[in-house]
Amino acid sequence: MRVTVPTQLRDYTAGRGTVEAEGTTLAAVLDDLERQFPGFRFRVIDEQDRVRRHIILFVGGERQDDLEAGIPPGAELFIVGALSGG
Amino acid sequence: MPLSLYVGTRKGVWTATSVDRRAWRVGDPGFLGTQCHHVVLDPRDRRTLLCASRQWHLGPTVFRSTDGGATWKEAESPPRFPKGDARGRAVDHVFWLTPSSAAEPGVWYAGTSPKGLFRSEDGGRTWAPITGFNDHPQQAQWVGSDKDETPDGGKLHSILVDPRDPRHLYLSMSGGGTFESTDAGADWRPLNSGVAMDFAPPKEDGTEYPFGHDPHCVVLHPQRPDRLWQQNHCGVYRMDRPEGRWVRVGRNLPPEVGDIGFPVVVHPRDPDTAWVFPMDGGGNWPRTPPSARPALFRTRDAGATWERQDRGFPTTPAWWTVKRQAMVADDHDPVGLYFGTTQGEVWGSVDEGASFSLLFRDLPQIHAISVAEHD
Repeated sequence: MRVTVPTQLRDYTAGRGTVEAEGTTLAAVLDDLERQFPGFRFRVIDEQDRVRRHIILFVGGERQDDLEAGIPPGAELFIVGALSGG
Repeated sequence: MPLSLYVGTRKGVWTATSVDRRAWRVGDPGFLGTQCHHVVLDPRDRRTLLCASRQWHLGPTVFRSTDGGATWKEAESPPRFPKGDARGRAVDHVFWLTPSSAAEPGVWYAGTSPKGLFRSEDGGRTWAPITGFNDHPQQAQWVGSDKDETPDGGKLHSILVDPRDPRHLYLSMSGGGTFESTDAGADWRPLNSGVAMDFAPPKEDGTEYPFGHDPHCVVLHPQRPDRLWQQNHCGVYRMDRPEGRWVRVGRNLPPEVGDIGFPVVVHPRDPDTAWVFPMDGGGNWPRTPPSARPALFRTRDAGATWERQDRGFPTTPAWWTVKRQAMVADDHDPVGLYFGTTQGEVWGSVDEGASFSLLFRDLPQIHAISVAEHD
């Protein structure tokens, strides 16, 4: 599936804003992203498998916090750095 | 040999170098935009630099540099609680870093928010929780609730390693108090006798609270490790081990100044000499210099008397705050002192505090400073 990567995470993807990853669940897709880009997953998901407070995940345009959620055919994963900092 | 100041700020880390301690060359920022709560050069190899950080969106980590801060690499496995932790804890930010003693090259300790203790045995590349503290049967009581935390979360800080015995450790928590281990962190006991707790009612039986205090910064003297100094939310204290009771030497500071602040710094060779930076702890605790007149106070007799040191500071009102990691001494003779303000200014003295000058300015809010000679 196509994954859109926010600017905050592009140090992990060699500057790429879109990457490809595979998996039938959100957890599997994140595992594939971690395999390709070591350190990526822990920047998005904390050690208790919660999406970090200032990160939002959209799967097929719908906000998704459940890592066990299935990936609909043709869906894209859109990772957003939410409002934070200042 | 050049001296470096490593300045951790709310928006990244800066390195400044000097050959005479007066003229400083400030480099470009490292990981601009990311908070740095503590930055420490390994005194054992004078090469490995670690930074405790919180990325705004991306959570906690430790950055590592081996070229004086020119380039940084993230820890391969940053401090984190075990998955499935019974209390659901997740590290929000890494707050404190301490290298172990010379007997344990490559070993580091980290303190986090929420309050946790972690150890690395490979120079900061990978980190593991110290379960003897994090999962101690009384740990939940010691750390308290969210009412026992600083505004952006509780802090575990001031991790101290006895240079004679790396199994002998201290740590402190805001809030929670100071604790000691003599078995490399397998077990811990409170060490707070004598410390005031003005934010809690006196116990009805007249005894002291064993924990729940709010140490802001605790240091030991490197050449007399049995001497501890503490700047607490409620005063300045000294303890000489093996006795286990803190003495409030801050009572000897001028009453109009008080003994509230964040940092305490010791002289590298004289265990009787220490510096504090008092801040206003009255009313709603503005934590700015009393009467807007910033000053360090130095004792040279183990806290019996204190002298004001403010030559060179602004003569107009100055509303600085100096955080607990943001004041340090070098080991030159005479000793140099350095501190950073929340206004992004770095001040220094090359004469043990007799006079100060503004070294550089216009950085983001300063969280931490360390000083070291580097290879």
